[in-house]
Amino acid sequence: MLQTSQQLVQRARSGNIAAIGRLMSRAEVGAAECRPALADIYRLAGRAHVIGITGVPGSGKSTLATRLAVCLRQSGRRIGIVAIDPSSPFSGGAILGDRIRMQELAGDPGVFIRSMATRGALGGLARGTLEAVDILDAAGYDTILIETVGVGQDEVDIVRAAHTVVVVSAPGLGDDIQAIKAGVLEIADIHAVSKCDRPDANKTIADLKNMLTLVHAAPEAWRPPVVPTSSHQREEGIDALLEAITQHHVWLQQGGRLAARRRNIVAQRLLKAAESLIRDRFDAQRGAHTEGLIDSVAARDIDPFSGAIALLKTLQIEVS
Amino acid sequence: MSSPPIRVLLAKVGLDGHDRGVKVVARCLRDAGMDVIYTGLHRTPQEVVQAAVQEDVDVLGVSILSGAHMTIFPRLVDGLRDAGAGDIILIGGGVIPDEDVVALKALGVSELLLQETSPADIVDTVRRLVQERGPR
Repeated sequence: MLQTSQQLVQRARSGNIAAIGRLMSRAEVGAAECRPALADIYRLAGRAHVIGITGVPGSGKSTLATRLAVCLRQSGRRIGIVAIDPSSPFSGGAILGDRIRMQELAGDPGVFIRSMATRGALGGLARGTLEAVDILDAAGYDTILIETVGVGQDEVDIVRAAHTVVVVSAPGLGDDIQAIKAGVLEIADIHAVSKCDRPDANKTIADLKNMLTLVHAAPEAWRPPVVPTSSHQREEGIDALLEAITQHHVWLQQGGRLAARRRNIVAQRLLKAAESLIRDRFDAQRGAHTEGLIDSVAARDIDPFSGAIALLKTLQIEVS
Repeated sequence: MSSPPIRVLLAKVGLDGHDRGVKVVARCLRDAGMDVIYTGLHRTPQEVVQAAVQEDVDVLGVSILSGAHMTIFPRLVDGLRDAGAGDIILIGGGVIPDEDVVALKALGVSELLLQETSPADIVDTVRRLVQERGPR
């Protein structure tokens, strides 16, 4: 007997774990049946503080998320964690291993952990991540941590999901020029430098701080702090990181900044949703027309741009 | 839209530090296009049930090489049912005597894959059981 998504919303709101989990699965698939239920969820959500944690693979995102969650739990807050790992570009399958680092949280009824696979999404999040966050929010989780897939330099979708973004840098990767490049480092509200028990950590900390002094910020603007952390020496830096997150949250709540940030997030989300609807239609309808055009482009009879225009014409989309 | 990948949670429960096998299984299922969540070693039955329910997996696969299968599997079956997640398919793996296989299946473990099972058989079994269960 299948439960409708609307029934699941009712049970999820009363804190039923199985209903929350099932609703997330349906949101990830994106079936039409689920849309009205997700619309209800969206209306109910909007209370939680959403914290994004991003950084290169192996920088310590899972470990840091776990330490943060443990500390936040001590204040009685209920914590949701959405952890994203990559899908195989070949089989489409994935090994989602973030729970291995999160064993300290296992069994805690105040913590909900969901693992998601990217399934081809390129921005550092997975399809359905934002909906999963909404579901946790509507189910009454106070703080939600999103741990992105390990990112490179340009996967910055986390800024359209989180109110506070923590970028985790590990020592020993690149010089001071890396620190002034555009991309992921620019989106940080807080920089965490992990593994700061290592001798080369001071250089990473100094590079980041130097980079930040080059920014010409308005006096009232948020200045991203650089927080050294180490899980090797258990609690090192976690309190400072938590303090920085709290300060950022307080700063956001002044002068309408949080409302502005939320508006910015939903603006990007709206556009992305429209984009993905068009992409779905494109993928569903392009079918038979594609192969012949690929042959023509491969034979260099036509160029890829003209081929694209011809392809869109078969879908009744006129571009020039 | 194509159907979503089958989600599987693989777990090691109790005092059993042997996880080479479960990692091989994880890799096989991944290469068959499934999403595989691995919990790591030394979990309790309650922790595994909670993780399976939060992750809303199709299949919970538990590898036990310690001989504690007759203690652990009943707790998993009860835990899933109590959490309202009786539709999660429970599969056991490991070194398990024939008479215990019969007993565990009677208790509600869907399938037991013993040490001779080939990777292809594991993938086929997971697919077949999920197909038989149908949509949810």
